Amino acid sequence: MSNIPLAGYLIVSAIMFFAGVYGFLSRRNMLTILMSLELMLNAADINFVAFNKFLYPGQMDGAFFAMFAIGVSAAETAIAIAIIINIYRNIKNIYVDEVNKMKY
Amino acid sequence: MAEQIIFYVLAIVIVVFSILSVSSKRILRSATYLLFVLLATAGLYLLMGYQFLFGVQISVYAGGIMVLYIFSILLTSHAGDKAKSVSWKRLLLAGIAAIAGLAVCGHIIFHNVYKVVEAVAAEPTMQEIGKAMMGTEKNQYLLPFEAISVLLLACIIGGIMIARKR
Repeated sequence: MSNIPLAGYLIVSAIMFFAGVYGFLSRRNMLTILMSLELMLNAADINFVAFNKFLYPGQMDGAFFAMFAIGVSAAETAIAIAIIINIYRNIKNIYVDEVNKMKY
Repeated sequence: MAEQIIFYVLAIVIVVFSILSVSSKRILRSATYLLFVLLATAGLYLLMGYQFLFGVQISVYAGGIMVLYIFSILLTSHAGDKAKSVSWKRLLLAGIAAIAGLAVCGHIIFHNVYKVVEAVAAEPTMQEIGKAMMGTEKNQYLLPFEAISVLLLACIIGGIMIARKR
């Protein structure tokens, strides 16, 4: 039925994941770092679903893992954005290398 | 054939926009590119036959999380802001890390994964998903479902605690 090999999905999600890694390491703005994190989570979800479809077609474990991961990442994003906005209110800045008030 | 064309379009959209999203100088643009990546991912779920996951991805990610991102970008940055330039050493390091990881993963995918699989047609119906989510037997997921609901409650309380005025 499906003409697309598993490796196709895996390579797409690998490229997406490492784009996220690049952004995570090279960006300075907290919001863009969070966005890169979102890319990485999304790539992991694609892998879960693809492995479920190709290796265990009768079951739904991978799809449920992806679903719960989406829920967890929604909660995590909401809290992270609340913290970032709070930091912005206090020091008017959301660059990671300038948020060092509690460091010394 | 049509399936392959759709897959290639979605794959190109995902690759191009995820790279643009992490390299764009303007933060609102990179949020928009991220939105395209998330929508194309939803398309991949639909292509694999998981309609419910498609709906979840659209409504939670594209609907909920992106609105949060765009709100917070508008709150924390000014018009015409560009990303601060980063030292080339850090950029080089990040690029090397990403490319090396991608090389390792690509090698594994192309040399090991092809041997394994042949796809079988099995699309879960909505009824099966509902039963799997609400049961306590083998391969049923009531406990994680409830754990997620407790997590969301904790998240609501935490959000209120963090954001309230002192």
